[in-house]
Amino acid sequence: MTSTVDVSADDRMPLGEEMLRVEDLKVHFPVKSTVLRRKLGEVKAVDGIDLELAAGETLGLVGESGCGKSTTGQAILRLIEPTAGKVIFRGRDITAISRRQMSPLRREMQIVLQDPFASLDPRMTVRSIIAEPLKVHGVYTSGKDRRKRVDELLELVGLSSELGSRFPHEFSGGQRQRIGIARALALNPQLLILDEPVSALDVSIQAQIINLLEELQKEFSLAYLLIAHDLAVVKHICDRVAVMYLGKIVETGTRDEIYNDPTHPYTQALLSAVPTPDPAKRDDKTRILLEGDVPTPENPPSGCRFRTRCWKAQPECADEVPALIDREGLGHPSACLFPESIAAEDL
Amino acid sequence: MTQRPNDSSREPLLEVRNLNTTFKTETGTVQAVRGVNWEIYPGEFLGVVGESGSGKSVTMASIMGLVPTPPGSVGADSVTFEGKDLLSLNERQMRRIRGHEISMIFQDPMTSFNPVHTIGNQISEAIRVHDSKMTRRAAKKRSIELLSLVGVPSPEVRFAQFPHEYSGGMRQRAMIAMAIANQPKLIIADEPTTALDVTIQAQILDVLNLIQEETDAATILITHDLGLIAEMSDRVLVMYAGKVVETATVFELFADPKHPYTLGLLASLPRLDSQLDSLLSIPGQPPSLITPPTGCSFHPRCDLTKGRSECRSELPVLVEASNGHHTACHFWDEMTEIAEVVTDTVGIDVRSSVET
Repeated sequence: MTSTVDVSADDRMPLGEEMLRVEDLKVHFPVKSTVLRRKLGEVKAVDGIDLELAAGETLGLVGESGCGKSTTGQAILRLIEPTAGKVIFRGRDITAISRRQMSPLRREMQIVLQDPFASLDPRMTVRSIIAEPLKVHGVYTSGKDRRKRVDELLELVGLSSELGSRFPHEFSGGQRQRIGIARALALNPQLLILDEPVSALDVSIQAQIINLLEELQKEFSLAYLLIAHDLAVVKHICDRVAVMYLGKIVETGTRDEIYNDPTHPYTQALLSAVPTPDPAKRDDKTRILLEGDVPTPENPPSGCRFRTRCWKAQPECADEVPALIDREGLGHPSACLFPESIAAEDL
Repeated sequence: MTQRPNDSSREPLLEVRNLNTTFKTETGTVQAVRGVNWEIYPGEFLGVVGESGSGKSVTMASIMGLVPTPPGSVGADSVTFEGKDLLSLNERQMRRIRGHEISMIFQDPMTSFNPVHTIGNQISEAIRVHDSKMTRRAAKKRSIELLSLVGVPSPEVRFAQFPHEYSGGMRQRAMIAMAIANQPKLIIADEPTTALDVTIQAQILDVLNLIQEETDAATILITHDLGLIAEMSDRVLVMYAGKVVETATVFELFADPKHPYTLGLLASLPRLDSQLDSLLSIPGQPPSLITPPTGCSFHPRCDLTKGRSECRSELPVLVEASNGHHTACHFWDEMTEIAEVVTDTVGIDVRSSVET
């Protein structure tokens, strides 16, 4: 390859082949005292998680605020340095390589953030925002080619190319998210990390962006890691799902396994808490009400981290950290000592 | 939860007629609320749904006299609460209504509490402001009772804590305790759970249901979440671009929406209770309220228009399509047609299967 790289002629991974594997990933943040900066403790934001993602697949990472899902996304891209563990992208452990060696790999893995306004520079035109990754990576030498690529990208995300000379504040939330997606696609990546891409948008606009993401995935066989708190959005888009609680994955499986047949009490409580947009179903719903709040990740409960809010907790839950395995032969792994199938209709 | 009878022979608790609210900005006058009419009956749970900028929060702020003037300007034929016209009251009289007869719960309880006073003192103060005979000690006792009612654990300890010592869910509980402190007749909850996680939201909804049973106050729930509307409301107002476009009982609205916007919202919604083939998004985006579209403000995004000139030129008024079900659409009797198109694309009938 020459110094000018052609974005169209890269090696796409065949669908279904493993693209990303995360092994025992940990991200710990030190808690320091205000004056002397002595280390007082650690926030274990992500505390030993495993993930796999194949080309063309969508993996949903769900959980409530503070569970470590966004930190996981950033650690995979090394936007935050992982404390321990491996991130294997296309067979290569990217936690072990230098920043310089990392640079060409960044072309293949991009991120779309929640707040499209905060993630777009207000002083740059939309055209220069989308062209920036192309410049940084020296993809086109001629300005004309670059211009053509930006037009192509704008069209791809459903914006007219005349809008390129405008500034981010002239766009609505949905349009800004389209710009963020166009920028992420500029280098023709294979993996997109979508961190709450639709949660700031209104329902009618949210559906537009979800449909766009689905079309783009089909067209370019993209792999998506979708980080979200909205369980309905995740259900609609994802092939597989991992549920996080306080820095750990508590249950993982295919979409149908998680949504039709959840076995971890936390997953069950989450699913039962989502209001159903159908008044005919409101009387036969049994909502599992969890007690209390999520404990602080600085001082998580011993054993199972969910036990302080769990209605099934037994004394052994305080002693043993439950491994993420399929204990009872229920079909998919669940980090609960007493997993139980509950059919979705009963939630 | 059973539906409370919508007994129209009763006097409404609050009746709003032709409310208009505008804001002067550098780029022009924003017509945030454009001639809305609605009412709420005693003990009723009214859901108000709409997207950002639809005017749902501004409507409530206007009624409560909380719109800053200038830049805002509020006008109405009448806003009648128990026979009193709220818009003709002076600030002093209005203050007696706010927090006493009508109280509000906001989205972000962190900014609604004063950070330098304890939660307990703020609730006690709210009680004592409206009841001059109440002693400090009695107000404290009542505050602790209220905190305990809304499920704040160890309320005696929590009474003396500051807002930052509360978690988000606990702050919202304390906010609700303060809102019900003076046994209001109407509670307006503006996106009360939007900032909260779903398991905490479930706890707060539980508290809202409980206090409605305990106090029998009428409640207005403002939200963008159709799921919350479906689970909590007796009756619903759907707002779009500063207007009420549809109103019906919750069962009617979800089973047989008679405005294309309402159906569009249902078709855009990813759901847990069914697997959808695809979402049917509403094209385009909500209009600017500086220069709202002529005729029906939804026409540029509407599938039912089919280029007909009425939609562009004539302002649709709310008409009664069936008993108690009002819609502001010229062609509401063609809704079945587009509902079939939606079903074909989405893969399920997004309308509720309830018998109406």
